Amino acid sequence: MNQNKLTFKEICLQSFEDFEKNLNGEKQHPIHLYRKKAFEHFINLDIPSVKNEEWKYTNVSFLTKEEFKINPVKSDFSYDHISKFLFDNLEHNLITFVNGIYNKDLSKLLDIPSGVEILSLSEAIKNNNPIIKEYLGSASDITNNFFIALNSSFVIDGALIYVPDGKVVEEPIHLMFYNNSSSPKDLIQPRNLFVVGKNAQVTILEHYVSDTDTEYFTNSVTEIFVDENGNLDHIKLQEESLKSIHIGRMDTNQGRNSNFSSHLISTGAKFSRNEFNSVFKGEGSESTLNGLFMIDGDQLFDAHTLIDHAKPHCNSHEHYKGILQGNSKGVFNGKVMVRQDAQKTNAFQENNVILLSDSAVMNTKPQLEIFADDVKCSHGATIGKLNEEAKFYLKSRGIGEDAATAILIHAFASDVITSIKIEALRDYLEKIITRKFN
Amino acid sequence: MLLEIKNLHASINGNEILKGIDLSVNFGEVHAIMGPNGSGKSTLASILAGKEDYEVTEGEIWYNGKNLLELAPEDRAREGVFLAFQYPVEIPGVSNTNLLKTALNEIRKYRGEEELDAIEFLSLLKEKSKLVELDQKFLSRSVNEGFSGGEKKRNEIFQMAVLNPKLAILDETDSGLDIDALRIVANGVNKLRSKDNAIVIVTHYQRLLNYIVPDFVHVLYQGKIVKSGSKELALELEEKGYDWIKNQKEEMPV
Repeated sequence: MNQNKLTFKEICLQSFEDFEKNLNGEKQHPIHLYRKKAFEHFINLDIPSVKNEEWKYTNVSFLTKEEFKINPVKSDFSYDHISKFLFDNLEHNLITFVNGIYNKDLSKLLDIPSGVEILSLSEAIKNNNPIIKEYLGSASDITNNFFIALNSSFVIDGALIYVPDGKVVEEPIHLMFYNNSSSPKDLIQPRNLFVVGKNAQVTILEHYVSDTDTEYFTNSVTEIFVDENGNLDHIKLQEESLKSIHIGRMDTNQGRNSNFSSHLISTGAKFSRNEFNSVFKGEGSESTLNGLFMIDGDQLFDAHTLIDHAKPHCNSHEHYKGILQGNSKGVFNGKVMVRQDAQKTNAFQENNVILLSDSAVMNTKPQLEIFADDVKCSHGATIGKLNEEAKFYLKSRGIGEDAATAILIHAFASDVITSIKIEALRDYLEKIITRKFN
Repeated sequence: MLLEIKNLHASINGNEILKGIDLSVNFGEVHAIMGPNGSGKSTLASILAGKEDYEVTEGEIWYNGKNLLELAPEDRAREGVFLAFQYPVEIPGVSNTNLLKTALNEIRKYRGEEELDAIEFLSLLKEKSKLVELDQKFLSRSVNEGFSGGEKKRNEIFQMAVLNPKLAILDETDSGLDIDALRIVANGVNKLRSKDNAIVIVTHYQRLLNYIVPDFVHVLYQGKIVKSGSKELALELEEKGYDWIKNQKEEMPV
C-alpha cells in the first residue's frame, strides 16, 4: 500500500486551496463566501459510518480510500453521446452538462415565456443573478450533512431555473448530465436551483447519464422552491455508468396550495444514494413522491426520504417500487413527520419490492412520526417474488417463462410509470424495462 | 384418441390425492367429472394444465400422441390444452388484450404460423367477445382485476374462444354463477363445441349439465373414478346425492 496516498479529506483540502488560487479576484464574491462557510463545516464533518442509523445499510467508508479529481476540466464532446438519451416525439428544452460543466453547443431553448430564466449556474454566478443570493443554500443545510457540505464547498455549475409568478413553461426542461471520466476519477458536483413562483408551472427532468463504464463520483444537490399555488413536476432519471457512485440530494420547500410531484427512476450506478427532503411551509399543499429502481449485479440503491408536514391540510403520497436481481442490494427509508399543528394531514406511503434472485437483499423502513391527532396516515411495505400464481396463469395460456416474467415486471412497474405525465418519457421507460427483462 | 389418462396417482405435500385415475377422451366428446368436495376433481384439472404443486407418483397421461407430463405448462397450451380456472387470477397492470395478444402470438410462433396483425387480432377479439356477451371495455381492463365472479368466468370462456384449444378443461366454471351468467357461459361453450375438440367439465353440481349436455359422466370419489355412465348418471346423482356414491363405495369389497 502506498503510504503517501492522500485521504479523501486531504484531497478535498488541497483541491479547495487550488480552487481558491484560480478564482482571480472572485474571492470576495458572495458565492465564494458561501463556499468557504460550507468548507468550514465540511472539514469538521466525518464521512458517515454504518453506526449512523441513517447509513446503517449503506456503507460509504470506501470513499476514504478513493482518489478523486475535484476541480473539473472542460472536455470536447459531440452530440452523438447524448442523442440516445433524448426522447422520441418530444420537443424539449435541453441544457447539457458534460462532467458537471455547462455545454452551450448541446443546449437549446424553445419558446420561453418572458421573464423565465433557464441558464447555467456558472453564468448566473458570473452575472450576479439575484436568484442565487435569494435562494441558494436556503433549502439545503450545510451544517450537518457531509455530502451537502462537500457539494457546497465547490459550487461552480449546474442548472438555474426561475419561473416568475403566473408564468407557465409548456415544454419540459430536460437537464442532461452526461458523465464520463478519465484517471483519476472525477468528482462531479452539479448544483441545481429551481424556483417556481406563485401560480407558475414547469416540468423539469434531471437526467444523469453515461454511455461508458468509467468510474466517477457524482455528488449533486438540488434545491427546489415552489411558491403559493405553484406547480412543479419533477423527474429524476439516473442512468449513470455501472461503475460510478451517485449521491444525490434534493431539498424542497413548498408554499401554500402548491403542488410538487416527483419521480425518481434509477437504474444506473454501482452505488447510489438518493436523499429527498420536502417541507410543507404553507397549508393546502400536495406532494407526490414516486420511485422506481431496477438494479442487478452488485449494485446498491438507497432512497432516504423525509416529508415534513409542518402545516395543516397537506397531502402527501409516496410510492417507491423496486426490482432487484443478482446480488443487488436495496435500501428504502421513508420518514413522514406530521407536526403538532399539521391537523387534517393525509399521508400515504408505500414501498413494494420484487426480488428476482435469492441473493438480492432489500432493507426497508417506513417511519411515521405523528404529533397531530386529526390526520389520516398509512404506510406499508412488501418484499416478495413475482406472483407464481399469476405466472402459471400466463403460462397456461401459452406464454413462455421469459415473456411471462417480462409481462409481470411491466405490470409491477406500471402504476409508477403511468403516473408520469410525459408520454414520451413513459415510452422511454417501457423501452428500458423491455431491454432489461425481455 | 385425444386424451388418455392411465392409472394416474398424484400427491401434494406427501398426501395422495389421486389414487389411480383412468380416463379416455376422444375428439368431439364432452365429459363431465363430478364428485363431492375434496374428491380430487380440481387436482386432476390442475395436473392436466401442468401446475407444479402436484407430484405425479405413478401413471401416464397421453395427449394427441404426446406424453403430456413431459411438456411445460406453456407447451401444453401451445399444443392445444386449455384450463378454465376455478379461481381466475387477477393480474393488475396487464390488460386482457395484452395477455391474449402475447398468448396467441406465442402459440402461433410455436406452430410455425405468422403473427396476427393488429387488425386481424382486434376483429378476432371482437367476434369472440360476443360469444360470451363480454363488453368491449373489458378488453382494455387489467386481467380479472375487479371483475365480479360471473365476469371472471365469462372471461375464461372468452379466452378459450380466442385461443381455440383442442382440449378444454372447465374447472368448476359454474360455481358461484347466477342462472343468467350460467346460461351465458354455457351458450358460449356450446358454440365452441365441435368435432375437432373435446371438453372436460369438472363440476360439483348437475345444474350446468342441463345447459351443456355431456356425452359421458364420471364420478370421482376419494381419488378414483368410481362410476361412469351417460348423462342420466348426473341426474341420478342429483336425485340421490353424493351419499349414494359414498355408501356404495363403503360397501365395495377392499
